[in-house]
Amino acid sequence: MNLEHVQQTFLAECRELLREMETGLLQLEKSPDDAEGINAVFRAAHTIKGSSGVFSFDAIVDFTHAMEGLLEEVRSGRIAIDKDLIALLLKCGDHVSSLLDCLAADDTREAFDQDREAGAVLVKKLNGYLDAVPAGLPAVGEPPPDQKLQRFGGGQVTSDSWHISLRFDRDVLRHGIDPLSMVRYLATLGEIVALNALFDAMPEARDMDAESCYLGLEIDFSGNVSKEAIESVFEHVRDACAIRILPPHSRIFDYIELINSLPEDNARLGELLLTSGVLTKRELQEGLRLQQSLDAKTRSGGEHNHKIGEILVGQGVVQNELVDAAVEKQDLIKKNKALENSFIRVRADKLDELINLVGELVIASAGVNLVARRAAHAEMLERASTMERLIAEVRDGALKLRMVPIGETFDRFHRVVRDLGRDLGKEVELVLSGAETELDKSMVEKISDPLMHLVRNAIDHGIEPAAVRAQRGKPASGRLRLNAYHESRGIVIEVMDDGGGLDRDKIMKGAVERGLATAEQALSDQEVFHLIMEPGFSTADEVTSVSGRGVGMDVVRRNVESLRGSVSIDSAPGEGTTIAIRLPLTLAIIDGFVVGVGSAAYVMPLEMVVECMEPSGEDRARIRESGYINLRGEVLPLLRLRDMFEVRGEPGKRENIVVVQYGGQQAGFVVDALMGEFQTVIKPLGKLFERLSGISGSTILGTGEVALILDVQALVQRAVGAEAAREKSAGEYRLLERR
Amino acid sequence: MSITVETGDGDRCRLIAAGNMTIYEAAADKQVLLDALDGAKELCVDLSALGRIDTAGLQLLILLKREALKAGKIMRIIAHSRASLEILDGYNVISYFGDPVVIPSG
Repeated sequence: MNLEHVQQTFLAECRELLREMETGLLQLEKSPDDAEGINAVFRAAHTIKGSSGVFSFDAIVDFTHAMEGLLEEVRSGRIAIDKDLIALLLKCGDHVSSLLDCLAADDTREAFDQDREAGAVLVKKLNGYLDAVPAGLPAVGEPPPDQKLQRFGGGQVTSDSWHISLRFDRDVLRHGIDPLSMVRYLATLGEIVALNALFDAMPEARDMDAESCYLGLEIDFSGNVSKEAIESVFEHVRDACAIRILPPHSRIFDYIELINSLPEDNARLGELLLTSGVLTKRELQEGLRLQQSLDAKTRSGGEHNHKIGEILVGQGVVQNELVDAAVEKQDLIKKNKALENSFIRVRADKLDELINLVGELVIASAGVNLVARRAAHAEMLERASTMERLIAEVRDGALKLRMVPIGETFDRFHRVVRDLGRDLGKEVELVLSGAETELDKSMVEKISDPLMHLVRNAIDHGIEPAAVRAQRGKPASGRLRLNAYHESRGIVIEVMDDGGGLDRDKIMKGAVERGLATAEQALSDQEVFHLIMEPGFSTADEVTSVSGRGVGMDVVRRNVESLRGSVSIDSAPGEGTTIAIRLPLTLAIIDGFVVGVGSAAYVMPLEMVVECMEPSGEDRARIRESGYINLRGEVLPLLRLRDMFEVRGEPGKRENIVVVQYGGQQAGFVVDALMGEFQTVIKPLGKLFERLSGISGSTILGTGEVALILDVQALVQRAVGAEAAREKSAGEYRLLERR
Repeated sequence: MSITVETGDGDRCRLIAAGNMTIYEAAADKQVLLDALDGAKELCVDLSALGRIDTAGLQLLILLKREALKAGKIMRIIAHSRASLEILDGYNVISYFGDPVVIPSG
């Protein structure tokens, strides 16, 4: 196995665990008595420690060991969890994360040493908590007032428990693995009914190596868990430990087999099973007797395949239902396993490669299709169209592989909101909705930073301090909402706050000062709000550590636009601000609609096309003059692509209008010809054309020709803007006339 | 671990273990403990000042008890620290040592 690959998996898993730990801690902050929350945090710390141990990342092992020690105390109730402790543990989580970063990077020495110092400070703090625990013994004779020591040893005897046999390898302790911590971890999953430690493997005093492990454990465990869950407890020692797990209601035969397979004396093990209540005496004797008779039969060539369970049922030793129940349970376990196995981890670049290939396939298929059409070969056309359909399915399937729910990105903001709220002395509640909305993985990565900016802005500028909120009659705790939903094959992500809203006048003033607008300009609210996304704009009176430096919103807009998306702002004074980011679902391949203007072809995303229409003769004359038409009672602003791209030559005789929609606005594009649907593989434009307005990319048609992809969003805005300007001047004109 | 051995009247020996009893100290500890057992008929082990103890440390205690039993000697733990009690309880071996245990207040 490739070690580097395994390490990658390790890093990914640890990051996941850290996220779980963070979620658990934040949950604990809200409800400190949540035992499951503490267990979850403990499990995360424990697992990170264990897997780091396997890779011998000592720095992480040592640090998480200190965390685990403290968490164990918390779990047993000896240390009460409070806000300071949670804050400390969160910092510890960050520290582990930065240690992981050091591992991930190649050149680590310097950063690592720095981290080590930071870690030492944290460990000191952790130990400070531990030292505060009342230690030592009370004076003899004084009865202990409150006994909280947790006992694994005794406990109620129940027969429907798992039986776990562990024989550790000699080197386990040297690898820094503590068997007892695994037992404690197991105790978080259920109840340890009985536990017996066996040291029979320990040799004579002279030969005994103090650093070797001679431990064996026989554990009876009751809990509503799958076998995999139990196995995962001992995952880190799987290679360094003989593990045998018997599910509840296992056949007696299995126990007999277990007893036979273990190195210790059979009678002793049998006794252990009896005392721990797994087997009754009668069952044990019966099982042994049957086994002997079976063995005898086998030797005499008889039927060997009798299951001990069947025999037992036949003789009335075990009731039929019991066996059924056991079988059912085992089936369930198998099913669980199948479910777990249905996930695989794949490297992202492998998927990217696949999608690139699918892209090439789409282009190639378009070429085949074209040739078939030109040859007018009916059979070939049919085959080609079948192939095209299949390729479209392959394309959709491949793209879906990369789709991930946005919830994971959202969840990260719990921490951000909490920390930021605390820094700024504001109480902010984060509400998430639409977390299951999916989008392309590459988008998720790129949208995370802009979202972070928006969230920070909303908390810093948007939500008012508690005192101001009280004055305005709002609840003291501010509310920040992250919402996501799908809209016409795109995704909309909204950041909503219930703060003071944007101050229109202040923005105008700021804009005029910076020469972004003139005081005379009559701008709509939308236009004014958009000014805050101009480079260098900031309305914050003071620069805080969080925001107000005037770099931010313009970066957000640039980032979003580079993803072919857009930002819109809506705000009501005193009520709050909603910033919506609209993004396409994927960056790679879309269903396109091809139109012709002059000799060139242009592509627009099919999902934005509402309808196509052919204007009547009189309309056509109007189009050239007025730039809009009356579409079923609505004004539809038009944009002639021929004029827009300065195509020379005579327009086609049958000009068509393609009605497109973006962000709730409609516009019509006047084109020469409609050429139909086309699977479009988006290729970026070179650096030279980056700033070209109205074009967002290029693609290759089946003929091998290059077609430009229209930036529908920009074009619609241009058409609507031109229409609005015309209306305004027309209005002024009418006013003049009236005078 | 720092081990103090006090030889009392007759063959009784009191052994006070302080500090940590973990895998890092285990090799050195083993010898000290066995030597102490060699020189006594009855060994009273005081663990009340013991700090951290791990599985390696516990193994040493088990070894000491086993060797004592084998040689027909007595080995008793007369006082436990919290950590030592926890590990003894965790592995359910309190009954193996058979010593009276005072449970500290939590």
